[in-house]
Amino acid sequence: MADSLLKTVDIHKSFVGVQALKGVSLSLNPGEIHCLAGENGSGKSTLIKIISGVYSPSQGHIELNGKEYGKISPIEAIKNGIQVIYQDFSVFPNLTVMENLALNSELADRRHFVNWKRMRKIAEESLAKINFSIDLDADVGSLTVAEKQMIAISRALMFNTRLIIMDEPTTALTRLEVKQLFNIILKLKEQGIAILFVSHKLNEVFEISEYFTILRNGSLVASGETKELDSKKFSFYMTGREFEAKHFIPDQLSKNPIFETKNLNLNNHFQDISFTLNPGEILGITGLLDSGRTDLALSIFGVKPPDSGEIYIKGKPVEIKNIQTAIEHKIGYVPEDRLSEGLFLSQSISDNIIVSEIDKLTVQAGIFDSKKKEDEIKKWVKELSIATPDPNNACQTLSGGNQQRIVLAKWLACNLDILILNGPTVGVDIGSKHDIHQILHNLAAKGLGVIIISDDLPEVLENCSRILVMKSGEIVADLKADTTDETTILSYMM
Amino acid sequence: MQTSLQITLKRLSRRNEPYVFIVLLGLCLLIEIRSGQFFSPNNLVDISSALIVPGLFAIGAFLVLISGGIDVSFPALASLSAYSTTKFLIMINYNGGIWAAILIALFIGAILGAFNGLFIGYFNLPALIVTLGSSSVFKGIMQGALNSKQLTTIPVGMVEYGKSSLFIAKNSVSGLTSRMPVSFLAFLLVLALTFFILRYTMFGRGIYCIGGSESSAIRAGVRVKRTKFIMYIIVGMIASLAGIIRTSMMQQFHPTNMLGMELNIIAGIVLGGTLLTGGRGTLFGAILGTLLIVIVENSLILIGVPTSFRSVFIGSLIIVGTSVSIYQATKMNRISIKKIIKRRVV
Repeated sequence: MADSLLKTVDIHKSFVGVQALKGVSLSLNPGEIHCLAGENGSGKSTLIKIISGVYSPSQGHIELNGKEYGKISPIEAIKNGIQVIYQDFSVFPNLTVMENLALNSELADRRHFVNWKRMRKIAEESLAKINFSIDLDADVGSLTVAEKQMIAISRALMFNTRLIIMDEPTTALTRLEVKQLFNIILKLKEQGIAILFVSHKLNEVFEISEYFTILRNGSLVASGETKELDSKKFSFYMTGREFEAKHFIPDQLSKNPIFETKNLNLNNHFQDISFTLNPGEILGITGLLDSGRTDLALSIFGVKPPDSGEIYIKGKPVEIKNIQTAIEHKIGYVPEDRLSEGLFLSQSISDNIIVSEIDKLTVQAGIFDSKKKEDEIKKWVKELSIATPDPNNACQTLSGGNQQRIVLAKWLACNLDILILNGPTVGVDIGSKHDIHQILHNLAAKGLGVIIISDDLPEVLENCSRILVMKSGEIVADLKADTTDETTILSYMM
Repeated sequence: MQTSLQITLKRLSRRNEPYVFIVLLGLCLLIEIRSGQFFSPNNLVDISSALIVPGLFAIGAFLVLISGGIDVSFPALASLSAYSTTKFLIMINYNGGIWAAILIALFIGAILGAFNGLFIGYFNLPALIVTLGSSSVFKGIMQGALNSKQLTTIPVGMVEYGKSSLFIAKNSVSGLTSRMPVSFLAFLLVLALTFFILRYTMFGRGIYCIGGSESSAIRAGVRVKRTKFIMYIIVGMIASLAGIIRTSMMQQFHPTNMLGMELNIIAGIVLGGTLLTGGRGTLFGAILGTLLIVIVENSLILIGVPTSFRSVFIGSLIIVGTSVSIYQATKMNRISIKKIIKRRVV
């Protein structure tokens, strides 16, 4: 094909003994929206870095605008109209919007002196390219993720850009913001700009892309037109495993609630919350970001104790004043942001697993019973199949899915009665997501009361037996999962 | 809609400089009311003269803080460079003007700064560790290899330069006089040059970029290693200039006289709103903070605070001042989080 914009031909890349890419070939035409999908570690980022010139391939070559390159330098890549928008957007939080927009092209022009008037002009021009308006003198650090992304996109358009590579651009965006992003992508397509969209989110791949390429363990496993793809094939290509969507149906629900709230209140966050949770049940709580769903979970876990209302555990009234009392009552909480709230990332996997049950593993004078400790760690690594060569490795060496399993292990080691999970599979890839759901089903089957807080509606529908919808701090609907659907839930949420 | 004045005021209220300025003003007024001597011409000249050396040090340390590093080696660097320059000029019986001293000191300062810059810029080592080490190395070379002693006589050019003054201020009440040293011009010149570099050159913006996000800077095409290297050379030269000026003003060289200044200088800069994490802060704020420390060091005696209590005062000022700036930062964070949530709901 003569008119292809970018072609990679049989690209191999290895890092000290690890084969990161094994013969990947893909081709992109101008104005094409192409989705590059794959689980963590499949070689997506390596491929991007080869295309943008950060790495050079060990074998194979790249064709740009019909010209062949064995390897390409970052500057050649930019000159050929390739721009990468990384997940962190490469912005300077300490500088103004104007400088963030203009600095890159000023640097590319090898300027030595700053002309603030020219900078302002460049900034205005670049915003005009996507019809985006924002205060040029605002600090970028004070902007939302979506706004930062718009700045990164308009900045990328300043270089006669023909291909924009977006590395998981929707990770931190809300539904509405994703929609706006897609509109902009479509506009760019009209201008003949090709987009290589890196994602592992199924619905996005279907919604936006025309062509797809899926990598697994460094090899290209499938590519073609998106319309020929369905969700089952997609999951299979991504993971190499077949999944059957299994709705969770609690068997033999006991009649006596393990947990109950009556008229729970927390000023300015939620009011009049009453619900029950039975052992063996998975209860979903969903709602928009400000609906009070997270605050409710934090109240039950004692982080933000409620102002008024009653909590009963196994029928007995209890008062939860702080996290310690919540743990004493066998309540566990897996936070939304596991990286900053749920794990000690730089500590070892084993220490993270046992941190909540330290008291139980000590003999006299607070000294560890190392035998007991080892057994406990082995047990959980095996039970939750955490993929690690050595539990003494630091937590940050693991993928998102495995990290989430450690957060789970930490709580399960405490013999909980009630487990609250906030966004349990945010940022986790398909295979791990499925595994985590499976773990939750098994736990419920063993008689644990599970609460899942999530705005991932398919996840809630698939895993919960009952769904509470929250809006402006109140429960507006109590639905049975088998008799409701996404649109109904959405109509209550909005 | 808000007027532009309101927006400016709002932006200002989130900065540290106005608060430092108000504290500074309050302190000056307090001293004036208690002693009636603060705004006398000779006291103002004394304070300006006392600001020269800390001010120069602050400019250099400020650059490093903006780039996301921290420099604790500048007093040792200045001492080594001032000592070797002075000693060398004495040895060759140099009788000319101050220029030779300044040029030699700048040259030595550039080499010592390049030493820091090599390790921090090109070998990508943490600035605190490197400068702690180089501080010991510089001190060791000066006291061991060069066997430094107090130099009570310094070359005639330096003596004359140290005595020369722009004007003399007289206090009509007490009859005391104070000289405004010519070096104050050197301080102003360095200040103006640094301001120009930071505001109007890509090199200066590059320093802000590196402090804001080093990985973004690399991807944007800032030559990070080279920028850091050159910056540390400049910082070394500024510190050496301060060393020579200090020696000339004191009319003698004392090997340990400048050592230990680093913490108060850095504290002053942080008081003025520069973040230790890099990327944020203004030169104006840094000088304001330094001025505050200089005034506390020099003028507390006017309101009857014994000198032995000085460090208690400075210490409390630093704790209160930095707490305010951290409080400001968290408040700003909360505002932006609220904003984000509001926007997401819409």
